[in-house]
Amino acid sequence: MAHVRVRCSVICIMAKVSKKKGSKKIKKVVMSVEEQPPVNEEEEEEAGMAGAEGDIGSSGEDEGEDERKRQKLLQAISALGGKRKKALGERSEAAVDMSEFSVNPEDGPGKVQLSDLMGTLEKTPAVPAKTRKLLENLQRNKKTVDSPLSKQETERIQRGMAFQKAATEVSRWDSVITQNQRAEQLLFPLNQEPAGPRPIERLVAGWKAQTPLEQEVFALLSANKQPFTDPILTPAEEASVKAMSLEEAKIRRAELQKARALQSYYEAKARREKKIKSKKYHKVQNKVKRKGLLKHIEQMIKTDPAAAMQELNKMELARMQERMSLKHQNSSKWAKSKAIMAKYDEEARKAMQQQLEMNRELTQKLVTPLNEEEEEEEEGAAGEADVLPDFVNDAVDGPPNPWMKGKLTEEPTKEQVNDAAPEAASVSAAAAEEEEEEWAADKTEEEALLREFDCRRKRHQAQESDTAGSIFQEEMTEAAAEDSGASDCDEEARSEFRSISRGGEEGFKATEAVNCADRTDESAQLEERLIRIRTVEDLERLPHEPSAEPRDPPTTKAQPSEEKRVGKSKKKKGIELKEVLTKNTNIIKVPLAPTGTDSEDPEAKVDQKGLIKEAFAGDDVISDFLKDKRRQEDEGKPKVIDLTLPGWGEWGGLGLKPPKRKRRKVRSAPPPPRKDQRLPTVIITEKKNASISLHQVHSLPFPFENHAQFESCFRSPLGRTWNTERTVKKVTKPRVVTQMGAIIDPMAEEELLRNKDAVARETSSVNSKKSR
Amino acid sequence: MLKIPRNYDPSLHPFELSREYTRALNATKLERVFAKPFLSSLDGHRDGVNCLAKHTRSLSTLLSGSCDGVVKVWNLTKRECVRTLQAHEGFVRGMVVRYCGSSFFTIGDDKTIKQWNMEAPGYGEEEEPLNTILGKTVFTGLDHHQKKGVFATCGQQVDIWDEQRSTPIRSFSWGVDSFSSVRFNPVETELLGSCASDRSIVLYDMRESTPLKKVIMTMRTNTLCWNPMEAYFFTCANEDYNLYTYDMRYLEKPCKVHMDHVSAVLDVDYSPTGLEFVSASFDKTVRIFPKDAGHSREVYHTKRMQHVICIKWSADNKYILSGSDEMNIRLWKANAAEKLGVLAPREREAVNYSQKLKEKFQHYPQIKRIARHRHLPKNIYHQRNELRVMKEARRRKETNVRKHSKPGSVPVVSEKEKHVVSVVD
Repeated sequence: MAHVRVRCSVICIMAKVSKKKGSKKIKKVVMSVEEQPPVNEEEEEEAGMAGAEGDIGSSGEDEGEDERKRQKLLQAISALGGKRKKALGERSEAAVDMSEFSVNPEDGPGKVQLSDLMGTLEKTPAVPAKTRKLLENLQRNKKTVDSPLSKQETERIQRGMAFQKAATEVSRWDSVITQNQRAEQLLFPLNQEPAGPRPIERLVAGWKAQTPLEQEVFALLSANKQPFTDPILTPAEEASVKAMSLEEAKIRRAELQKARALQSYYEAKARREKKIKSKKYHKVQNKVKRKGLLKHIEQMIKTDPAAAMQELNKMELARMQERMSLKHQNSSKWAKSKAIMAKYDEEARKAMQQQLEMNRELTQKLVTPLNEEEEEEEEGAAGEADVLPDFVNDAVDGPPNPWMKGKLTEEPTKEQVNDAAPEAASVSAAAAEEEEEEWAADKTEEEALLREFDCRRKRHQAQESDTAGSIFQEEMTEAAAEDSGASDCDEEARSEFRSISRGGEEGFKATEAVNCADRTDESAQLEERLIRIRTVEDLERLPHEPSAEPRDPPTTKAQPSEEKRVGKSKKKKGIELKEVLTKNTNIIKVPLAPTGTDSEDPEAKVDQKGLIKEAFAGDDVISDFLKDKRRQEDEGKPKVIDLTLPGWGEWGGLGLKPPKRKRRKVRSAPPPPRKDQRLPTVIITEKKNASISLHQVHSLPFPFENHAQFESCFRSPLGRTWNTERTVKKVTKPRVVTQMGAIIDPMAEEELLRNKDAVARETSSVNSKKSR
Repeated sequence: MLKIPRNYDPSLHPFELSREYTRALNATKLERVFAKPFLSSLDGHRDGVNCLAKHTRSLSTLLSGSCDGVVKVWNLTKRECVRTLQAHEGFVRGMVVRYCGSSFFTIGDDKTIKQWNMEAPGYGEEEEPLNTILGKTVFTGLDHHQKKGVFATCGQQVDIWDEQRSTPIRSFSWGVDSFSSVRFNPVETELLGSCASDRSIVLYDMRESTPLKKVIMTMRTNTLCWNPMEAYFFTCANEDYNLYTYDMRYLEKPCKVHMDHVSAVLDVDYSPTGLEFVSASFDKTVRIFPKDAGHSREVYHTKRMQHVICIKWSADNKYILSGSDEMNIRLWKANAAEKLGVLAPREREAVNYSQKLKEKFQHYPQIKRIARHRHLPKNIYHQRNELRVMKEARRRKETNVRKHSKPGSVPVVSEKEKHVVSVVD
């Protein structure tokens, strides 16, 4: 029992110590042990009781029994006195001589083993298994802890760590340093304030309110949370300033300025146009607008068909409304009054005309690719099986659409023709050039022809009810306009068509007959083109013809076409070799437009040569050169110095013989062979100019790796004699710029942040560019 | 001024290269003609000038301490002494102005650190230091932190002091040494470097309890100076006539060896732009080196200037101040041929243009010859030649030894590696 108590007190002391130390693991264990005491006490009591019961039987342990009894008695007494001896014992301070680490009670029965403590531990379920295992391992492990390192060693390790830390810290500056080393220009001091007048807040900073009025004002300001000293901005303003950086603000302002300028331009333009009184101008303008709209719709069809459909529907709706209401026809009151006035008043007449025009515009049916496609689809759905040519269908439809009358104006045909031109060129590669040359001249004629044909057709329509022929002719015009280079059969038809146009109304009947006769031939041709050609895309969808006859130039057109007309009526369809050859020769014969340059060249060259020869007839350049070369060679040769002349104190005069010693002539060694010895057309001077060589670089200077690199430094001049002011400024920018009278402080941490920001901005801008 | 439209057609302005060459040649010649670097000498000390200090907030103020313990404050614009005080008994070993410019510290042979007010005392008042700290040993070097009220001294050990305390907040010692100078890193403000008499350079971090690293060289380093724009580079002035630029992360060998002096280099200071530094030598010359060049671009000397003990580059990158043995402080231009004062725009453009021309044609022999020409006093010239001969002889001998020994047994040691004995962690 005493044993147990001692143990308990030890544990309590340990608990205190461990609390002080704050070691978690030991604390846990101790806590779990601390929870035990009540249990222990009970056990003790039980043990005591058991012992008491067992006492009766045992006689050899009297002393022990006495002791126990005494204890019990003491306990009872203490319980009576209301004192708790045990508690007192536990709360006593740890002895001074007791070490924190090794519990060594002087009066205890020996050392406390870890196993003693662990005995109770196994019984308690609250201790986690992990802790238990750890403790067991600890018990099994008999190893001693290594002795601490020597002071030198620890210091070295510490130094190593500290150095590593410092080195990494310093390495932050790497990017800044390399950037500065590479920079084109360095500006010092680093954190320069922007030039210009200083903001007022900085000037006012040192100022204080002194007079009562000022103080009152300041009191008011401070009451309303208005700043009055350093930053004159309110917090809200500051936030807004912070929200947008200077560059962004600049960009935004530029954008706004541009937008404003554009708006003002447009406004001015609109005002100007509005002022124009000419009705014709406005009419033209409206037309252009409408055309633009149509074009726009066409584009929309390509890009966004749904939106285009909507637009079209809108227009269709407007048309329907117009047709329903007949607002712009002569039925309105105003129109009727105008109709009365129209007899006498010019303006009223005009107004009426305008109104009618409006009506027509509104009620005009739109012809757009989308519509056409739909129509085609409808057509396809209606009569896909029958492979009848279009004109048959058209004929079935009945009288021609009256709206078509207004359609074949100058512009559409022109466009068609223009579209056709490149097509034709691509089809016949061989004849393309000539055709292009012809084209300019031919185009106007073509247009005239078309117009003529058009009016003739109208007349014809008025006369005849038989539409088949007319539609055939329409087809013909289209074919002629679109595809100038058709096959031979086509050409035949075209020649006929030309003859028709030239012949006018008289020849009409005859051509009609020819048409009827040729229909069998041409039906095949027509059947080839089931696709109705209305747009450029249609043209492109056409199968390319292998050969296309270039059209004749306008100057020589009259006779050959007539000849052809005579000959071709009986011609076979196949191509004969002879025929082709003759045709080719014909083409060559044709005088070309004066734009050609190559054909003129040989003659011109010859002429120039002759001219030069004539001009420099007297000069013999070659012999001059040779003479020059010989002279230079002679100059280079060592001179023979005549030493035989009489000197000072010698006899002179005629007939004197030079003395013997002077007869020897001095001859120097022959010079090395000239570099241009074997180059008859070149003179290479052997004289080296020493004064120049002084100024020349003889070996490649250090930083350069090759001559090209070095020479590239001297490629462009720097001075203002050769460069514009701006370039000069840019090129002669000094590397280091310092501000006069400004202290240059060492680089501060802010520079690092600024650099980071700059790098981030650069990368982001690069990324955005990439994404674009 | 009349504006004339120009035609820049190159055919109208032929021979551009030769014309520009002539211009460059003329510019180079003119530069040499106008190269008059010496501005003035400030006399007044009664003993050799031992230390100089720049004012941190005022360009026109200079402080100098002499070997008789007198500190003088100079006004550079007027070129006169504005204040004289007897700061110490014996040498004034070091002097530094506080980062705010309100006061300055001096150390002397009398084992004291004194803090002085920058403003002169009023009429009739005595010159008295704000603070005096009595140390146990002599202090030899002093530097102040860039942003905090902390300064460092060196003597038998390196001490970090708080301005408010009379004992050091930290002491570093590594073996038994005496240190000759200590310098704070102006960029990474917690780092320090010091030069010890055992031929070593030691680096410290103020926040750590131990020094960082030590490099031992063949000869003693007198002073070192950190680059104010590049955090990890410092240059040290060595007794072996050379200067060495180190990257503090790689102390195994210096990044650059700067040679030209013919005697021990006593002091070095970086230009505030961090692109050049100036060195003072026992050979009575001042030399300016580009930070990454092996040889100096400029040498300053006068007949009367004796051993130059201390040197400073002014904070606006325009002037150099040297204090020498013969009691004078001299004011030099950093660029010898530069015009002082405000330049008119056209003048500046002309200067820029000629500068670029000189750069462009710098490799041409005539231009190079003229641009590089400097006058040297006779003794320095001969000494230099002598050194050259010695070096050549040594080189020749080495090659001969290499030739006559087993291949690989005599390795080629680069000039950079030659001077480093070891690096101690």
